[in-house]
Amino acid sequence: MFKFNLFKKKVLPSSVQDASHANFGILVFENTSEVIQAEKLLKSKGWNISVKGPPPEIQSGCDLVIQFPLIEQLNILRLLENSRIEPLQVVSVAGPMLKPVDLFQVKDLGDFLMVRAANMKLTIEKQTTLIVNISGGGCPDVPYLAYEMVGKPLFSCPRPLDIGHTLCGYALGLAFEEMQKRCSQ
Amino acid sequence: MLTIAGTVPDPDAGLIIGRVALVNSVIRMDGKSVPVNRGTPALLGAAIQTLSVFGKMDIQGILAGDIGLGTGSRRLYQYLVNEATLSGISTIVFHYLQPDVDWHNKILFKLNDMEVKPVMIADAGFMYAAKMSGQATHYDLFTPDAGELAFLADEIAPHPFYTRGFILHTDNKMTDLVQRAYEHENAAQYLLVKGSTDYIMNQTGLLFSVDSPSVESMEAIGGTGDTLTGIVTALISTGMNIPEAAYAAAKINRIAGLYANPTPATQVIEIITQIPRAVEHVLKEDYEGA
Repeated sequence: MFKFNLFKKKVLPSSVQDASHANFGILVFENTSEVIQAEKLLKSKGWNISVKGPPPEIQSGCDLVIQFPLIEQLNILRLLENSRIEPLQVVSVAGPMLKPVDLFQVKDLGDFLMVRAANMKLTIEKQTTLIVNISGGGCPDVPYLAYEMVGKPLFSCPRPLDIGHTLCGYALGLAFEEMQKRCSQ
Repeated sequence: MLTIAGTVPDPDAGLIIGRVALVNSVIRMDGKSVPVNRGTPALLGAAIQTLSVFGKMDIQGILAGDIGLGTGSRRLYQYLVNEATLSGISTIVFHYLQPDVDWHNKILFKLNDMEVKPVMIADAGFMYAAKMSGQATHYDLFTPDAGELAFLADEIAPHPFYTRGFILHTDNKMTDLVQRAYEHENAAQYLLVKGSTDYIMNQTGLLFSVDSPSVESMEAIGGTGDTLTGIVTALISTGMNIPEAAYAAAKINRIAGLYANPTPATQVIEIITQIPRAVEHVLKEDYEGA
């Protein structure tokens, strides 16, 4: 027997509709010309983006912004940077005043050193500076980044900011740079 | 049946669906081999090893190849929403998947429409999407680590990368962060917080904590959080209640780590290999202590 709710139209609760905005970030550019160039480039690469008016918290830039899938911030910024259309600012729709994490936790594990940024942890062997482990994170590029980086020297392995795609990749990139900074001192 | 949905870091893997087995340290499913490194294959390996002690091997895997571009995750979401028959699933865990609120909500609606709703567990990227969607309370268990707990506690942050510093700060008490997550309805019915001490909590407060055996190097080893999620998932699928399963899983994961005698350079498969022995140890301890 069919269940009645099979034929009911699904209506999203307002909390869910609001929350769906949490998926997105905003790219702020200096002028409209850059917005148009960026829009054309990102759409040509298949990104799900749209041009909007800026939220009131945004004080700089022109009167148009590009809304994009926040999780793929690293990938999108790399594409824009390579095309020399760099945004003035990147913010989250959920909280335009939020900033990327800048707190690092460092743990000395004897012969090994671990740096954590947000949800990502990178561990090296002190003597050789070989990357021995990568842990934490929840986006699908984390296992891929670990595969590409573990077992390789800190100063000659692929950079997460170059080969990662998501915000977890971005966080690992920050931990990686912090580790390089500490090992250069 | 226990179902595990997640990704493997192979862009050419496509969508792999089928019963899973662990053969010579490699996951075998649907005629394909998946190396056990970290992420969802580590979770699968731990679940298989745990259930082997109970003489059960009935685990369905739904895996998509994804290296962070989200294509594989979206294919998996599409399969779950439009193609999969979910009846028969008693416990389901969602793992390393590209966070996507819209797809998350479609899957949640489908699960909520089932006549018998499965036990629902989320970790990693899918837990991020569950929190971002405002629907976290629909889940039975989340398994965050310290960084992810701070994200759950921050009602504004859309991803751990944007967790505010005053919440992320290590001076914050873990129990305060859990309370804050519950106040804003950003936590599942139960939380298993993974760390140097593992905490099992719900809205009423702390239920159990586990801090021994303590193997400091495990924090650095990629996949040890995934194995804990795999063990607790497997125990829940046997009918064990969630807080007791979480307590036992925390003990089992630590003992498996101890047996592996790890350094921060140890790889997680060495710990997974020790899980059956650790399960037997904890079950025996429980039996003798009863």
